Amino acid sequence: MRISYREAMRTALHDALASDPRVFLMGEDVGKYGGSYAVSKGFLAEFGPERIRDTPLSELAFVGAGVGAALGGLRPIVEVMTVNFSLLALDQIVNAAALYRHMSAGQFHVPLVIRMATGAGRQLAAQHSHSLENWYAHVPGLTVVAPATIDDARGMLAAALADPDPVIVFEHALLYNSEGELSDAWRACDLTSAQILRQGRDVTLIAWGGTVAKSLEAAAALAAEGIDAEVVDLRVLRPLDDATYIASVRRTRRAVVVDEGWRSGSLAAEVMARIMEQALYDLDAPVARVCSEEVPIPYAKHLEDAALPQPAKVVAAVRRLLGKG
Amino acid sequence: MSRAPAPVTLPRERALALLTDMLRIRRFEERCADLYGQQKIRGFLHLYIGEEAVAVGAVRALAADDAIVATYREHGHALVRGISANAIMAEMYGKREGCCRGRGGSMHLFDAATGFYGGNAIVGGGLPIAVGLALADRMQDRSRVTAVFFGEGAIAEGAFHESMNLAALWRLPVAFFCENNLYAMGTALARSESQTDLCVKAAAFGMPAVRVDGMDVIAVHEAAREAVARVREGGPCFVEFQTYRYRAHSMFDPDLYRDNAEVETWKARGPIHNLSNRLKADGLLTEDEFLAIDADAAKEVEAAVAFAEAGSLEPVDDLALDVVAGAAR
Repeated sequence: MRISYREAMRTALHDALASDPRVFLMGEDVGKYGGSYAVSKGFLAEFGPERIRDTPLSELAFVGAGVGAALGGLRPIVEVMTVNFSLLALDQIVNAAALYRHMSAGQFHVPLVIRMATGAGRQLAAQHSHSLENWYAHVPGLTVVAPATIDDARGMLAAALADPDPVIVFEHALLYNSEGELSDAWRACDLTSAQILRQGRDVTLIAWGGTVAKSLEAAAALAAEGIDAEVVDLRVLRPLDDATYIASVRRTRRAVVVDEGWRSGSLAAEVMARIMEQALYDLDAPVARVCSEEVPIPYAKHLEDAALPQPAKVVAAVRRLLGKG
Repeated sequence: MSRAPAPVTLPRERALALLTDMLRIRRFEERCADLYGQQKIRGFLHLYIGEEAVAVGAVRALAADDAIVATYREHGHALVRGISANAIMAEMYGKREGCCRGRGGSMHLFDAATGFYGGNAIVGGGLPIAVGLALADRMQDRSRVTAVFFGEGAIAEGAFHESMNLAALWRLPVAFFCENNLYAMGTALARSESQTDLCVKAAAFGMPAVRVDGMDVIAVHEAAREAVARVREGGPCFVEFQTYRYRAHSMFDPDLYRDNAEVETWKARGPIHNLSNRLKADGLLTEDEFLAIDADAAKEVEAAVAFAEAGSLEPVDDLALDVVAGAAR
């Protein structure tokens, strides 16, 4: 069945609400407006205002209320409009949700799911376009996922809700309109494994979220030049599934990490470090990365494009690794 | 001539229970200060001495299954709530027998059995959580009240305003208990707030708000009972308890920001002798009885110290336990 990412996410949310009375959705404009990305359109009429709960513009309080509601036995799904806005709630995510199990020595836990849009590409400029997944992936106590495929959009939410601890779901804003085949694999979605989306022999492209499609596009372009790229979708940004991408790099002996975050202190840096730690002597070339340029994401289309990882930049990075630059 | 003490309006047994709890906290906190000097307790230690009437009167106004969200100055609330002095002291010793196995320490006491949700050391951090706990109760048709304690310093935080709005908007069963001890660390209320009438701020959210003498445990208790009943019936309520901490903010604080005369003025209104003098004036308490209650409190604390001293250390192999479910072990 061919569906959009939005439809997959919407169906997943619908399933969760319909099957578990403890689940409710809370956030800015999730109800009457239908969700800022129209993911929850029609839910208010179907599930009512108690479970499709419009909030004031109070990220700190409603994310914190999600923490409290999770402590109180519910399974809240809190929607934050974009990762930039989540900074207003950072205290409750990092200082409360992530810490309660540990500080209380396991007496309390926070089964909270926070969904947020991330990423650039729609000319929304610097305060709506950043990719800060690595900030959250830094924090013990959180699980961080980035569904990039239709199967994951359909299946990851249920896994996140089944998790007894806080899970942050990053949905790249450019993905909502993307379409693809929904396979049966969505039923087996986990929050632990990376996935090889394209097999190849010459180089491993490691991507997640919004850079997965760009990496697949780069791989197709490379194939035309006779370079066979493998594409790994990390899927889960914390904890990282080292085994899958390290095994891939050992096979291909080369790796490019493609990260829409800024290069300094990036998740790409973490993945590269782990490759050095675990597979240095299997490499034929230094690990490379393609990240966003170190500028706030600008508004003008040509500047925004230039700031972001693009398939052509990935292709160029691979060529350099292979001495064909 | 000072005024004759106001008569005690509670039955003797209840009044004595409040006095006992205040003495338990006072002796516990004094011993903590000693132990800090001996380096048995480390890290930050925030003492509650002087403020005992608030925790005692307010916590005793809650039902057994109500929830509490507290601050980092929460030993007193934990003790009154029923977490054992042993478990609290062992926690401060960083021992495995502590209520959080040494993970939390003084500022992060938690106890699932008594509905004690921390021990929050981010000023204002507990307020949104209390709103969420109350939301969960409302959505699951439970009649539980969540009492959240916070200092007047928290009122400058956005979390206060956002949480008050959300609780009032959704009519959630939260009792907002503000412990106004006049200083946010070293910053006096008038130096940090354009409007120092805290009840006016609460009223701006359409929430009932009352101000109470926080040095008078009976006044605290009666106001808290009224507030809790109101919250259980209809929605959130704000109570400002005007109180004072005799000690510095923490053991690191040289206490340079207030006059000794001010401290002495407040000490003259101390919550313990405030109540004991009234009980004596009413013929409800003798000095010997008072001393016996005090001795029992000291005995409980000494037993807790012995318990903590004899405690064991969490194995380092379990360091990563309880980060997420199923880790380590």
